[in-house]
Amino acid sequence: MSAAYFDQIFVLFTKWVESFLPVFWQPIIGVVLGAVAIVCVYPALFALAVLMERKGLGRMQNRYGPNRVGPWGLFQPVADGIKALTKEDVVPFNADGVVHFLAPVVIVVMVFMALAVLPMGRNMQLVDMDSGLLYFFAMGAAIELAIFMAGWSSRNKYSLLGAMRAIAQMVSYELILLLSALVVVMISGSLSLVKIVEAQASYSGIFPHWYVFTPWGLVAFVFFVIASTAETNRSPFDLPEGESEIVAGYFTEYSGFKFALFFLGEYVEMFGVAGLGTTLFLGGWAAPLSFLGVIPSWIWFFLKVELWICFFIWLRGTLPRLRQDQLMNFAWKFCLPVTLINIFVTALWRFMGEGWARWVACTLILAVVYAVMGRVGMARGKVAPRSYRYAE
Amino acid sequence: MTPLASYLLVAALLFSIGLAGALTRRNAILVLIGIELMLNAANLNLIAFWRYGPNPEALTGMMFAIFSIAVAAAEAAVGLGLVIAIYRSAHTTDLEQINRMKG
Amino acid sequence: MSIVFYLLAALTLVGGLASVTLKNTVHCALALTVAFAGLALLFLTLDAQFAGFAQILVYVGAVAILVVFAILLTRGHEIPIDGVFSRTWIVGLVIAAGVFAVLGWAVLASVHALPNELAVPVVTVHDIGNALVGHYVLPLEIVALLLTAATIGAVMVALHEKEGAKQ
Repeated sequence: MSAAYFDQIFVLFTKWVESFLPVFWQPIIGVVLGAVAIVCVYPALFALAVLMERKGLGRMQNRYGPNRVGPWGLFQPVADGIKALTKEDVVPFNADGVVHFLAPVVIVVMVFMALAVLPMGRNMQLVDMDSGLLYFFAMGAAIELAIFMAGWSSRNKYSLLGAMRAIAQMVSYELILLLSALVVVMISGSLSLVKIVEAQASYSGIFPHWYVFTPWGLVAFVFFVIASTAETNRSPFDLPEGESEIVAGYFTEYSGFKFALFFLGEYVEMFGVAGLGTTLFLGGWAAPLSFLGVIPSWIWFFLKVELWICFFIWLRGTLPRLRQDQLMNFAWKFCLPVTLINIFVTALWRFMGEGWARWVACTLILAVVYAVMGRVGMARGKVAPRSYRYAE
Repeated sequence: MTPLASYLLVAALLFSIGLAGALTRRNAILVLIGIELMLNAANLNLIAFWRYGPNPEALTGMMFAIFSIAVAAAEAAVGLGLVIAIYRSAHTTDLEQINRMKG
Repeated sequence: MSIVFYLLAALTLVGGLASVTLKNTVHCALALTVAFAGLALLFLTLDAQFAGFAQILVYVGAVAILVVFAILLTRGHEIPIDGVFSRTWIVGLVIAAGVFAVLGWAVLASVHALPNELAVPVVTVHDIGNALVGHYVLPLEIVALLLTAATIGAVMVALHEKEGAKQ
């Protein structure tokens, strides 16, 4: 039972099941087994993430999270699931029936389809597409229209407003997501996620070649994190579903199981973009230090994805919500120019030779750009001195 | 019927559906929708001929289709901007009523 | 022809037909999205992976949203009182039927003369990239200019003019 055996244990299991079948059915059943595994694992991770979020947010706000149902509240997701399934499904009288029904279905289908190209371990991706990254972004683009469908079909001004805000935000930040993923494609030379991970799975000494440890990679990673928080409508970009402002935004008129589907879709999308960010920048299934390679690759992948989720939860508990004009300004006036300059810096990195010169040059250029655009360019005028009024 | 002929017939049918939409609907935006359908039908034609043609390694058909997608997106943006500008002055998008040059 | 092709062709054609006949304009835009998705899947059956995903990304992800926004900004979601088809709709239908008749006759009459190589072309994104900056660099640059001009033009056309002063 060597380390390589545990690393490939799921692949070997699939091959063992396939060995009982005639040749024609083997690839089909292999893919079906993988799809069933994804559909079982990710909702389980969703339940865990919901629990982690409520307890984590609770602790950050100096209170316990849910702790009644089971030890440390471990069965709270089960209770939530039973509640969602047994609630009455209220559809408004004027709502557009077909579109109202299809919107959550489209969202959930698209986010699960996007998970098909993520390499969750060595040889453990569902399909190895030549243009896997493009496929992932295509699935993400279809989600925006589903959000519009949800908001418009409810015939409710709050829903429509929430949907419009969500689409404006997602369109702006999707551009930044694409541009920051583009630098990885430039350096690794391929759109296939499997090849991108393999390009990062080598070590110099004990340190890994992850793209996040390069100057352009770090900048692209930071923008990827910001853009992925905005894409999934998480705080601090959760104006579309701002609970204190427009009731619940585009899913105001959804109750019961459809609301649970939206919730599932949002969290699985979080897992999807976390998985993509891990694949592009954090080395995918590669271990952080070369001697830790004995631990199976899929454990490293899911560990890194869980770290992303913890970071999202941390952001939600810490930062206040951004206003619509603030987030659009931020996207178009700061993020977009810096990501475009980052592409130029990546090209410079590629064409300067190996050595310390390119590290210094790229770091300097990026630091200057950040200082100019971030500090000087985004500074507002002087604000009036704060006046506190106490209740006396 | 060969596979290529089936794809070409689907493209021809989609093109005529788009043409019918562009010629019979009243709302200016639906005319633009018809135009988008026609452009898509032409793209299908291009890709079908690229796939079943004599020299697919030259990538001519695929390149043409990709550029056509980009140009169609630009044209949709400008066209819809125009429709919005016309709505602002005529307060309607009904083509039966926007039939004079005055104003 | 395989069942997959018939299903996808049916999906695309039903989507296209629905997008030009439905009364509610937003439903037309959503049916158009179904037609775009069906076309993207048809591209995938034709082994044009890059074109299929680019179709979804550009058309479903951007053009469909643009159409929907334009419908909402021009109050298109209310159904007009005097019908959705123009007074002379029969002429348009006859013309479209005539065009389809000509195209269909052209395809069916030349079925034996059409090329029909059935070997699957192996096209990687690498080849497309090489072609774009090699052989097709001039169209690439022109399309870039065109997109810039279209962006600026669309903003200028649709920009709200303040009272008096021009933007």
